[in-house]
Amino acid sequence: MKDSPLLVVEDLRVTFDTARGPVEAVRGVSFELGREKLGIVGESGSGKSQTGRALLGLIARNGRIDAKRLSFDGIDLLDADERTMRSIRGARISMIMQDPKFSLNPVISVGKQIVEAFRVHTRASKREARERALAMLSAVRIRNPEHVFDAYPHEVSGGMGQRIMIAMMMIPEPDIIIADEPTSALDVTVQMQVLAILDDMVSERGTGLLFISHDLNLVASFCDRVLVMYAGRIVETIAARDLRSAQHPYTRGLLNCLPSIDGSSAELPVLARDPEWAL
Amino acid sequence: MSVAPMIQVEGLDVIFGHGSRAFRAVRQVSFSVEAGTSYGLVGESGSGKTTVLRAIGGLLAESAQVRGVIRLAGEELGAHRSRAFRRRVQMVFQDPYGSLHPRHTVDQILGEPARVHGLDRVDERIRRALKEVGLDSSFRFRYPHQLSGGQRQRVAVARALIIEPEIVLLDEPTSALDVSVQAEVLNVLGRLRREHGLTYVLVSHNLAVVSHMCDALAVMQHGAVLETLDVDQMRTGVLVHPYTRQLVRASRGYDRAAVETLEEFDA
Repeated sequence: MKDSPLLVVEDLRVTFDTARGPVEAVRGVSFELGREKLGIVGESGSGKSQTGRALLGLIARNGRIDAKRLSFDGIDLLDADERTMRSIRGARISMIMQDPKFSLNPVISVGKQIVEAFRVHTRASKREARERALAMLSAVRIRNPEHVFDAYPHEVSGGMGQRIMIAMMMIPEPDIIIADEPTSALDVTVQMQVLAILDDMVSERGTGLLFISHDLNLVASFCDRVLVMYAGRIVETIAARDLRSAQHPYTRGLLNCLPSIDGSSAELPVLARDPEWAL
Repeated sequence: MSVAPMIQVEGLDVIFGHGSRAFRAVRQVSFSVEAGTSYGLVGESGSGKTTVLRAIGGLLAESAQVRGVIRLAGEELGAHRSRAFRRRVQMVFQDPYGSLHPRHTVDQILGEPARVHGLDRVDERIRRALKEVGLDSSFRFRYPHQLSGGQRQRVAVARALIIEPEIVLLDEPTSALDVSVQAEVLNVLGRLRREHGLTYVLVSHNLAVVSHMCDALAVMQHGAVLETLDVDQMRTGVLVHPYTRQLVRASRGYDRAAVETLEEFDA
């Protein structure tokens, strides 16, 4: 499975300049992404989203991205000019956000938005783009693609909206998909269906998936490998199937404080944070 | 005869809108909650679980048509909720960012319900309420924006408890929180229930949270209760309805093979 990695990240740092001085949100993160499902888990403020966004240079204006190495298919993403980045964003590395309500344009029909996403990156004709868009809507298991093509975002459910987002991201056949909490806003059964679509993309097309989530159980059952982040750093890298036997006290603490369907109703162990984890 | 349940809901219907645009959000929902226990309402979005909770609390819009009977300790509730009712029944909402007044200090937020209900020794009550949810008195003069999400939800719990209610209605009280903070808030809620003999109705989409917190639960879909069961039945998998089985299975994590077996359950 693991031939040459699609993406190499070495000592990534994201710093924001604030009124109180610089704040380092990501503090020296290194990992490689192959044709696999790589999870990043952590709590809010751990830097997991900023790590994902930094790969595409999507950082707020007061932020800076530094790294020893940030390379994708031989391209240095740090030194790339805006033109090169535009040819990568969406076409070769694309991103799925948490909430389709805020990611889709509310005044443009769903189909038009998918067609646009396709034609920005290729020279396809309108007709060809339409056909591809419809095919992609079926691929994400939308039963009535013609109907959904003409619908506006407010007319579709959350689960449908997220499938539309995925269709839009998949249509240029990117090498890497960064998915930031792609299913957190969805009902659990819909969540499983959306994950299956992403899963199949990785196994059938060899896409690399960076899956950012706060949900340890989900990541343990869905991903191949997991990076656990705390205070801007990776504290543990572990095979997903071994997550439940994780060694780092933070990872263990997070797992222990989860209520479970089979568990008792006794008090949950709370996480005692060790200042050393953040060093 | 046995004591009347603390909460009894019988044949509850809630309809929003009129005529051809009428939408039946809740259909013939019945369940009862014994005093001092915790009852869960689970379901996916749009299942009507929050509407049931708001109907009990009397928080539905005036235009909503509510039919059926809701009894509190055997006494039937009318269309309007009295101040005495609000003294007995309090609510904690999902979003700790939206449910606290942004320009009131914690002191004002906690003091207001105490004063509205004409309680004495407000100052002492505020200090005690904060202590009970695990916040020290340095939090009294802070504003919500100076608190973390977990601290805000603790303030919301303190606000509900300061007037010493018997029943607390909890609407997804921890879904906006990190799991480590969720554990702390769930522990606080569990401890307060034991210490004060409170009755909870907890609405959640998270089966693990409901299983942890509740003695019994109702599974809802499309506005109706599909089945009611106690927590042991859910844990051991004695589930009658295929929808419930699917929900429990999906809640246990991702399983590629299981996705193919997912069924649609139409209204």
